[in-house]
Amino acid sequence: MTEWIDACAKDDIDPEDLIRFDHQGRSFAIYRSPDDAFYCTDGLCTHEQVHLADGLVMDHVIECPKHNGQFDYRSGEALRAPVCENLNTYTVKMEGERIWILI
Amino acid sequence: MSAKDYSLLGPDGAEAVESGLAAAQWYHSDIPRKEMKALMKREDGPAIRDTLILFCLMIVFVVGAIALWPSPWSIPLWLCYGVLYGSAMDSRWHECGHGTAFRTAWMNDLVYQIAAFMMVRNPVTWRWSHARHHTDTIIVGRDPEIVAMRPPKLFRILANLVGLADAWAGWSRMLLNASGRLHPEEVTFIPASEQAKAIRVARVWLAIYLATIALALWLGSILPLMVVGLPRLYGAWHHVLTGVLQHAGLAENVTDHRLNSRTVYMNPVSRFLYWNMNYHIEHHMFPMVPYHRLPALHAKIKHDLPAPSPSIWAAYCEVIPAVLRQLRYEDFFIKRELPDSARPYREDLHQVAI
Repeated sequence: MTEWIDACAKDDIDPEDLIRFDHQGRSFAIYRSPDDAFYCTDGLCTHEQVHLADGLVMDHVIECPKHNGQFDYRSGEALRAPVCENLNTYTVKMEGERIWILI
Repeated sequence: MSAKDYSLLGPDGAEAVESGLAAAQWYHSDIPRKEMKALMKREDGPAIRDTLILFCLMIVFVVGAIALWPSPWSIPLWLCYGVLYGSAMDSRWHECGHGTAFRTAWMNDLVYQIAAFMMVRNPVTWRWSHARHHTDTIIVGRDPEIVAMRPPKLFRILANLVGLADAWAGWSRMLLNASGRLHPEEVTFIPASEQAKAIRVARVWLAIYLATIALALWLGSILPLMVVGLPRLYGAWHHVLTGVLQHAGLAENVTDHRLNSRTVYMNPVSRFLYWNMNYHIEHHMFPMVPYHRLPALHAKIKHDLPAPSPSIWAAYCEVIPAVLRQLRYEDFFIKRELPDSARPYREDLHQVAI
């Protein structure tokens, strides 16, 4: 069963950056794109379970800090080895200044 | 203590997995997120400049060497061409493999493919091998890129100054892969979905080498092989000279790069050839920082790191006695001292290393 979770404030995330959000033993990454849209994926790289929150956001790509694998954080698509498996993505909505994710 | 098994299929690797040493959490120096983002930021300019310089120099040297061939006056030009082919390409392979040299992905991929060919490192296999090196740096039985084992294989290291061991292994592996097979160790770190790519690349390379050999036979001269293939041997010395210093003599089986990696201040020519990989602790802690920002990263975290070796010579003055001692006492390693400003080591990591 999915539910909406209040994850963070809009201003908690710089443009073209991400933050880590942990909830009930799961880790998520919430992104703010250069065009000021918000996205959410699993927080751990599908390659070796490294937290993506320490990685680098370039346009719509998140690069893992350990091995430089890349994903499109809008679709979760794996773009560059050593990642081969896509990331799970989650629906995001904004209510006022708050970011909610559907998990 | 029994001899260590450095193969990826032996008991030491299995033990590392069981004990949690494999794929462990590693120590990182603290850097505020905003500063880290600035350090990680990608740009094309520095790598385009350096790549143009590199390839222009290669063309100048090789054209001059061919023009003077077979005069002895061509020898200095071959040596210059060789060191760019057989050593500078090592660092280009490395940095472009990380995807950090250029901001533009295709530029990284293009230089990576060219450099991998020149270094005789299958670009698919070695991408995964190097990922493992970063996951399990100098973890025995897990890291496929340990150069100075214990006891050290000194003959192999010396032979590699002219590429004999590594290039031979690369060409042998190319033949194996071109026949449609992978080595059992390769199967442990290349995902099944990628394995066919390694075989395809090996077949393309084999075709290039066969064409070069055919041209040499047709001309009745080794000149084509002096341009393609042999520079991996006669130009390898610099990448071995600098690469050995990365980890040799330091601790194994620890999860703190300050214990198992070495930063060495080097002259500008070596830093150009090596693309700043002399800042090796910094590179391992933060592999997303491009080569041209490693000096800035070093300045930010050096208070938390062991003092760097002041020169290549000074580093070898430390490494050679340690490696010679490891020939007799393979449990010996150099224990790094930290400055007072650094966060302390977990002493138990040293106990594990022993």
